[in-house]
Amino acid sequence: MPAIDVQHLTRRFGKFVAVDDVSFRVGEGEIFGFLGANGAGKSTTIRMLCGLLRPTSGTALVGGVDVSRDAEGVKRRIGYMSQRFSLYESLTVEENIRFFAGLYGLSEERYAERRRFALEMAGLEGRETMITRQLSGGWRQRLALGCAILHEPPILFLDEPTGGVDPISRRQFWRLIDQLAGEGVTILVTTHYLDEAERCGRVAIMHAGRLIGIGTVAEVKQVFADRPIVEVRVDQPVAAMQALDAMPEVEKTSLFGTAVHAVLKTPRAADVPVADRLRAAGLQVQSLVTVPPSLEDVFLDMIEKAGAR
Amino acid sequence: MRRTLFLIRKELIELRRDPRLFGLVIIAPILQLTVLGYAATTDVWNVPVVVADGDRSPASRDLIAQFDGSPYFSVVDVVTSNAEIDPYLESGLGWMALSIPEGYGDEFHSATGATVQVVADGSDASSTTVALSYAASLVAGYAQRLVAARPGGQRVAQALVQPAIRVWFNPQLDSRDFMIPGVLALLLLIITANLTSMAIVREKELGTFEQLSVTPLRRWELVVGKLLPYALIGMVDVLLVVAVAVLWFQVPFRGSLLQLLLLSGVYLLSTLGLGLFVSTVSRTQQQAMMVVVFFFLLPMIFLSGFIFPIENMPQVIQYATYIVPLRYYLVIVRGIFLKGVGLATLWPSALALLAWGLAISTLAVSRSRKRLD
Repeated sequence: MPAIDVQHLTRRFGKFVAVDDVSFRVGEGEIFGFLGANGAGKSTTIRMLCGLLRPTSGTALVGGVDVSRDAEGVKRRIGYMSQRFSLYESLTVEENIRFFAGLYGLSEERYAERRRFALEMAGLEGRETMITRQLSGGWRQRLALGCAILHEPPILFLDEPTGGVDPISRRQFWRLIDQLAGEGVTILVTTHYLDEAERCGRVAIMHAGRLIGIGTVAEVKQVFADRPIVEVRVDQPVAAMQALDAMPEVEKTSLFGTAVHAVLKTPRAADVPVADRLRAAGLQVQSLVTVPPSLEDVFLDMIEKAGAR
Repeated sequence: MRRTLFLIRKELIELRRDPRLFGLVIIAPILQLTVLGYAATTDVWNVPVVVADGDRSPASRDLIAQFDGSPYFSVVDVVTSNAEIDPYLESGLGWMALSIPEGYGDEFHSATGATVQVVADGSDASSTTVALSYAASLVAGYAQRLVAARPGGQRVAQALVQPAIRVWFNPQLDSRDFMIPGVLALLLLIITANLTSMAIVREKELGTFEQLSVTPLRRWELVVGKLLPYALIGMVDVLLVVAVAVLWFQVPFRGSLLQLLLLSGVYLLSTLGLGLFVSTVSRTQQQAMMVVVFFFLLPMIFLSGFIFPIENMPQVIQYATYIVPLRYYLVIVRGIFLKGVGLATLWPSALALLAWGLAISTLAVSRSRKRLD
């Protein structure tokens, strides 16, 4: 039985369709990434799965429990951490842990054990009496995660958990995620950061409320299987883009930093004398290599296609 | 139930750590009570009086001395003609002018009696009315004493028909005794309705409300856990206000403290319910505060009889006052403080208050869905 089983899930707000006929399954112990621009419907989907929002239609089983029928049952089985630090800032570290442990009805012995776990996980041992407001972003975020999993939920929802946190803390945070997944916890995480998405077992890409791509990172990159991407470094990137766009074999171009990515329509990049033509156009080509598609390429490509439809 | 206790404990810790909230709960009542206790009074003391003494006789000086000796008046200047009093009234240096005509001393001893004139600045109508009535009673009392002092005058004075007015419960008609119990009602409304609504809306603003919503915390546990701490604070404020009222302002407290606490509990049900209701229609703490002040507090102050007597209002407005919970609680606090009456007399007001509290709380709870849709 999958940990999360979503079928034709739809949510409307008046006329606006925030989530449109979304279906997917997440297996036990999987890290499942939800990608999409702001307003794509990621948060709305997560909120329905947490029992915070009632689906307009469709079904969602979380840990085998139907969110429309038994929202409270779902809440006992899940942990949830949102983009905003959901801690009480004027409480101490210990008081926050005690409060959430109380809400989850932990017994005294279990509390003692989980308190130790949460403190250790957040790296806050010896700082139990610090006021939460005084903690740095990374600490607060790990403490929030600790508080969200005090009751050892088998399923964890993370809604943009690393927003506004420094890169080192982000890496520490993802190490914790990997560890939890290793212990069998199913994790559904939304993120803007495509480097984080690469760490997910499978990803789903949402656009305008619809699921436009799903699979392992390698699988979704298959959309470029017969469309090689060449990365060109030239002295004048903008002029190079224009020259590339003029070539019949080039599907589209985009700027990646100072380099230009060109997607070719032919399966073999070597068939097209791109460098020669650019030089003929008077540009100085510094390098030209075929690169594997990044998740960002995939993401932009899928959104473009979904928009064109 | 255990979850509710954790929530209450958390609320109290937050309250203790927030100096602004703490000040609002403990300092503000004392401060407001003191300010309102001194300011919210309709008594008039030391009315500045300018005297135009056209007679300058021992008799006229005696009358002036009567005014100057009274706590209600203070004679700011004595001039000689009526024309000279205008600048005093215009500048506000004098609120009232006493004009003693020439020949006052002679008429004083005649059979026809003497006449004096009082001119008053009517721009502050309520104070002037009070001052004028003081002046009238002062002159009447003075005249009666004079008549009685004359040979054979005792009989004449007794023969004059004098209404014997006796005021019960507040014999000095001290308006402070009347206002301060009212301040208690107002303070409880401000503090509890505001604090409750802000306590919930604050969590919505911070995002912690969403976190609470994904825990197994039930809706009634959330509501009770949020309201009880503020009910407790309300009760502390009742005791605080009663202490300041009795010990500092020496307002008589004739009824039962226990009954006051009990009925205050009923009142708190309506103010807390109101706070909860406001939290369901507000997104930010500022909004919540605005809603409380403009939609509830100000109309309630005007329509409850706190300032303006309900009996003086047009009939339609009088009907409107029946939906104001403050009205009932005012009857209760004033009754317990000044009349010493209890539930046996106050039950209709208590019942109305209870009905109001239950209605608003039910409405608020049904609106405060734990789901966010």
